[in-house]
Amino acid sequence: MKRILPILLLLTLFAMLTGVQAAQLECTDEIGCVEIGPDDPITIGYMLTISGATSFLGEDSVGGIQIALAERDGMLLDHEIELVAEDSLCSAEGGQTAAQNMAARDEVLGVIGTSCSSSAAAALPIISSAGMVMISPSNTAPSLTNDDTASGGIWQPGYFRTAHNDLFQGAVAAQFAYNELGLTRLATIHDGSPYADGLQAVMAEVFTELGGEVVFQGAINVNDTDMTAILTEIAAAGPDIIYFPIFEPEGNFIAAQSDETPGLENVVLMGADGLLSTSFPENTGAAALGMYLSGPYIEGEAYDAFLESWAEIIGGVPPSGFHAHAYDAVNILLDAIEAVAQVGDDGTILVGRQALRDAIAATSGYVGLTGTLSCNPTGDCATGEALAIFEITESELEGNWPPPVVWTPPPAEAE
Amino acid sequence: MRLVLNQRTLDEFSWVDFTIGVLRVVIIALILIGSFNTLSSGRFTSDQWVSLVISGLAQGSIYALIALGYTLVYGILLMINFAHGEVFMSGAFTAVFLAQAFDRSGFLNSAPLLAIPVLIVFAALVSMTVAILLERIAYRPLRNAPRLVPLITAIGASFFLQYTFRGFYGSSFQAYPTVDILRGSFPVGSVNVPISQVVVFSAALLLMFCLYWLVERTKIGKAMRAVSENKEVSALMGVDIDRIIVFTFAIGGALAGAAGVINGLYRPQGVNFFMGFVPGIKAFTAAVLGGIGNIPGAMLGGLFLGVIEAIGPNLVLAGLGIPGANQLKDVIAFTMLVLVLIFRPQGILGERLAEKKA
Amino acid sequence: MTMQLNWRFLIRAGLIAGAATLYVSAIGMLESFSGREVIRETVTLGQLMLVAASAAAGYFAANRLSDTRNPIAQLASGLLVGFISSIPLLALILVNSQIELRGVLVNITRNLIQILTLSQENQLSGSLLLTLSLGVAGAFGAGLALIPRRIRRAVLIGLAVTVGVGTLGELVQQLLRQVIDRDVLRAIFIRNSLSPQAALVLFVVTAVLTFGLSWSTEERTLRSRVAALPPDQRRYVRAGGVSLLAVLLLALPWLVGTATSDVLTDVGLYILMGLGLNIAVGLAGLLDLGYVTNFAVGAYVMGVLTSTGPLGFEAKTGIAIFNFWLVLPISLLIAMFTGFILALPVLRMRGDYLAIATLGFGEIIRLLAISDWLKPLIGGAQGVLFIPKPQFLGVTLLPQPEIYPLVLNDPQQLYYVILAACLFAIFVSTRLNNSRIGRQWMAVREDEDVAAAMGINTAKSKLLAFTLSAATGGLAGGIFASKLGTIFPNSFSLLVSINVLSLIIIGGMGSVPGIVIGAFVLIGLPELLREFDQYRLLLYGALLIVMMLSRPEGLWPSAVHRREMHSAEDEAGTVPESPRDATVVVTGD
Repeated sequence: MKRILPILLLLTLFAMLTGVQAAQLECTDEIGCVEIGPDDPITIGYMLTISGATSFLGEDSVGGIQIALAERDGMLLDHEIELVAEDSLCSAEGGQTAAQNMAARDEVLGVIGTSCSSSAAAALPIISSAGMVMISPSNTAPSLTNDDTASGGIWQPGYFRTAHNDLFQGAVAAQFAYNELGLTRLATIHDGSPYADGLQAVMAEVFTELGGEVVFQGAINVNDTDMTAILTEIAAAGPDIIYFPIFEPEGNFIAAQSDETPGLENVVLMGADGLLSTSFPENTGAAALGMYLSGPYIEGEAYDAFLESWAEIIGGVPPSGFHAHAYDAVNILLDAIEAVAQVGDDGTILVGRQALRDAIAATSGYVGLTGTLSCNPTGDCATGEALAIFEITESELEGNWPPPVVWTPPPAEAE
Repeated sequence: MRLVLNQRTLDEFSWVDFTIGVLRVVIIALILIGSFNTLSSGRFTSDQWVSLVISGLAQGSIYALIALGYTLVYGILLMINFAHGEVFMSGAFTAVFLAQAFDRSGFLNSAPLLAIPVLIVFAALVSMTVAILLERIAYRPLRNAPRLVPLITAIGASFFLQYTFRGFYGSSFQAYPTVDILRGSFPVGSVNVPISQVVVFSAALLLMFCLYWLVERTKIGKAMRAVSENKEVSALMGVDIDRIIVFTFAIGGALAGAAGVINGLYRPQGVNFFMGFVPGIKAFTAAVLGGIGNIPGAMLGGLFLGVIEAIGPNLVLAGLGIPGANQLKDVIAFTMLVLVLIFRPQGILGERLAEKKA
Repeated sequence: MTMQLNWRFLIRAGLIAGAATLYVSAIGMLESFSGREVIRETVTLGQLMLVAASAAAGYFAANRLSDTRNPIAQLASGLLVGFISSIPLLALILVNSQIELRGVLVNITRNLIQILTLSQENQLSGSLLLTLSLGVAGAFGAGLALIPRRIRRAVLIGLAVTVGVGTLGELVQQLLRQVIDRDVLRAIFIRNSLSPQAALVLFVVTAVLTFGLSWSTEERTLRSRVAALPPDQRRYVRAGGVSLLAVLLLALPWLVGTATSDVLTDVGLYILMGLGLNIAVGLAGLLDLGYVTNFAVGAYVMGVLTSTGPLGFEAKTGIAIFNFWLVLPISLLIAMFTGFILALPVLRMRGDYLAIATLGFGEIIRLLAISDWLKPLIGGAQGVLFIPKPQFLGVTLLPQPEIYPLVLNDPQQLYYVILAACLFAIFVSTRLNNSRIGRQWMAVREDEDVAAAMGINTAKSKLLAFTLSAATGGLAGGIFASKLGTIFPNSFSLLVSINVLSLIIIGGMGSVPGIVIGAFVLIGLPELLREFDQYRLLLYGALLIVMMLSRPEGLWPSAVHRREMHSAEDEAGTVPESPRDATVVVTGD
């Protein structure tokens, strides 16, 4: 009997040791893990357009991120959240530089970005090969979530987006125009950006499929102010709807000058989310009355609370339309980190990169500001259900926002 | 290589001349073919052409006002004030806030004939200040520097001003309020001419006339002309060169500021820190077109450019079967600039400077 | 002792300094710089910016009185200038308390006012504190004027180095990470700024070092000391210097890490383009504002020929022979051809007209690239995608040597490609400079008519200059396309041409080291300093103006250009010594 005690002691010691070992963190992830010490912050980053002519897009998304962080008091799992900022400049080289800078920091778990689709095209391969996760709040180009390279798809693992895919937006616009309004002759204008060009192409394609006719497809340049020439050309083609998915101020000019152009007095005008902001009716005035805009449809108490936070923390109103998408993106990322993190006894955290990707890809039924999000294997987390067609009415001219929704796509359309 | 002691060395390269000659023929042919195609296809009615020409004249008169600034400065200092587009922007961008305030208080629409001139004067003052500061700080010390230096300074000043105003007023777009009396159109024959276009054209014409009168009929105008002819001799004649130069910049600036408000009445949206860049380049094109250093030339050049821009894409490019013709509107403007510089560098009305420039 | 103070000067200097600080506040720079800490929890860049103008004004004020030898007066004038400089800021605080300026001047925020009133609860006491602080700053500046030159230099350099290291904390940490132990590094840097102790130590050490060095060397520069050596030794020193440089260049990517290597590749591309434009502008005196055409042509040629996507040569013809290495010389040649063609019409133009015409070409190319018309060929707004990276057949030195295709994916590897291209371009450029053609260009640059009279075929000269200068643009464009993998038309804007021109001008025209410096300052530095990003172009413009006003020949010009830049000024200013000089003055350009 007396011999058992030392053996028991030894066994207990052994058990304790193995037990302690079991509490130590082990990385079994395919890509690799990020180890975060007890006093180190959890690092996420963003690559958005914060300088230059389109900086309002980036500022808008940054605001959404800041509010999301503020609601968590800047903490996750008892660690401080550190936000690394990079400027992606709305160009391919900007995106690449930002991505390189981000990829060089091993501690970054995920990135919110980019603002523009051209930056994403260059940034994607770098972020993907660094094992990180990228969630975009405002990329809408179809090619970014298309994994078929033969048809021009450039998707890479690790990329997701909370913004809608323009395949949906173009389809929604076409269905509304053809089915609801009964229009059959379409004219489109783009502004030389990949986004606008891609969107008008989708609209034209779906419109034709539905049975309509595309009578004119043209373009203007950013910084153009005089639209009379192209509007005259369009008038000569005799459309009954002009679709111009472009930004301010070119969109304002087209809306305002189409009133002056003979032949276009009764033509329906339609734009997209580039014009879906309070400044559009303010700046365009009466000419914008009756114009339709497609775009993300966000409403509800949660959104009202969000806007209040915005006014308090940042001041004023959001300059663009994707702030809520940025908010949702950050929250999805942080929730996923929380879900896959292995927390050690001393506070060390281990996060597996592939596990993080899988967790985000498995997002299903997530209720965010922008609606119910479910991510598909190639990164589209938003569906067409969050899109709607709005109409600019008198009350928007007086400063009310948002404009009334006149149509939402039936649920079966969401692919 | 022959040793030749005069300018004719360049002429001996007949193959260069030949290429340029071929270029001339090709361009004229393209213009004719395109125009013929478009006109014969009857795609556009004659009313539409008239409408386009009139809108081209309106836009062109704004170019002309800005071009006057370029031409005045070039005539006196022989330098391109690359930052002149930003002088235009400073007036337009600052006055827009005043205009919005007028609109909110109702002043704009209750007394437009008072409010609009006030805005014009305000913008002119702002632009004038910017132009004078520019001359004093960036250009005056460099009056005798080699050609390259003031040009680089002007480019630097252009960026500096753009981003200064971006820093002051932010990066979002502002818009001039719509003035009620400028809305609508009235019929001229079978064409409906928008009132705003008529007002813009007349206002610009009035200002240009005032300038012409200033330069041709007043004492200070005479001094300006003298200084642009020959600086040293004018100094000997007792003209205060520095004062005249400052005055020239001030006048050019004032015209640009006025153009800013007039532009705001015509195309109210799109007011932001970058709005001066493209009009600046186009106005310079207009000044060169008309003959740089030549005031009526700048006016004519501006109007001509405006009309070409309005009818060019539809007339020529569409006729040549080029898709997206209106996207290439600026290509027409720049090509015309290059062509003028090649074939007739002294411009339509001929420049009043030494041939050395060409 | 009577205190003679030139009040007019003091008021003027003070108000200008105050206006400068007001300016940086109004554009938002002060506020955003307040986010960058130089010394952790103690000093931010914003605070330094707030006092900088007043300190400078104090320095100048004291300097003016330097011959009175009255240190009290000098300090007093510094103090006064500081007080006066606070007036514009006080005015701002006052006006803002009555009218909300933020509606128009968007950067006059609550945060800014807080910074200006030094975070005091009471705006009145804050304003008072502000005045006092600026006064002290002015006095500090005056004090600097009083101390002997050597000490002043030591103090200033110490300050500059400390502030520099504190600001660039991230980069310095990255550089030192390889060589210094992690814990030591943590003591020096807290997050990305200096710890107070480290800052103090750094300042003292640098100041003492500078002081010590200035005492021992006898005002002779390194260059003159080397030149004083006998020829054999000089050769050894030179060889040593060159090999040191070579080792540094080769090891650089490893030293600085991936992200900075990426910045280095960007800098390298601009060096390439700078070398090319230098031939046209620096050597031949042809002001080309349309250099982006060569860049665009090179990029699109590489893109279209090597792309594996639907726009590529392979997809359209089924023949897969083009890869990066084969197409690079093709890009170069086609860019040269384009340069030649575009030069023909502008041969007769001079000066500003040439500049504007070439600017027009640059814009035309960009508009054509974005156009729907050429979209089937070069992609239009959607750009050209799927451009592959350079592939390299390498051999591994494993026991069983195998040949494998190595894809140069890493910026660190791409760096070597660009380095090789730069060295090649430098070699060609230097040889050209010293050749007969180079001298022809110099003659054409000085005076075209005289050169023609001397029998130089000016047309051929100019054509050659344009054609050769286009070559490196094409090269850079081709590498750029492959590096990014996707090219969009908005990368080929006027800004590229202006960047290249600026870096030549600021770095120093006509000289290779000048171009390298220019590229690092104008392209590299903004990438590394994020706060500067928003104000990048503002600082750009300001830098251009300041450089042209003070040092138009650039930071490191060639001797020829330095002479030229200053001779023009001398011509206009000096009294003619002989009848010959007199005629030169009258017909001045």
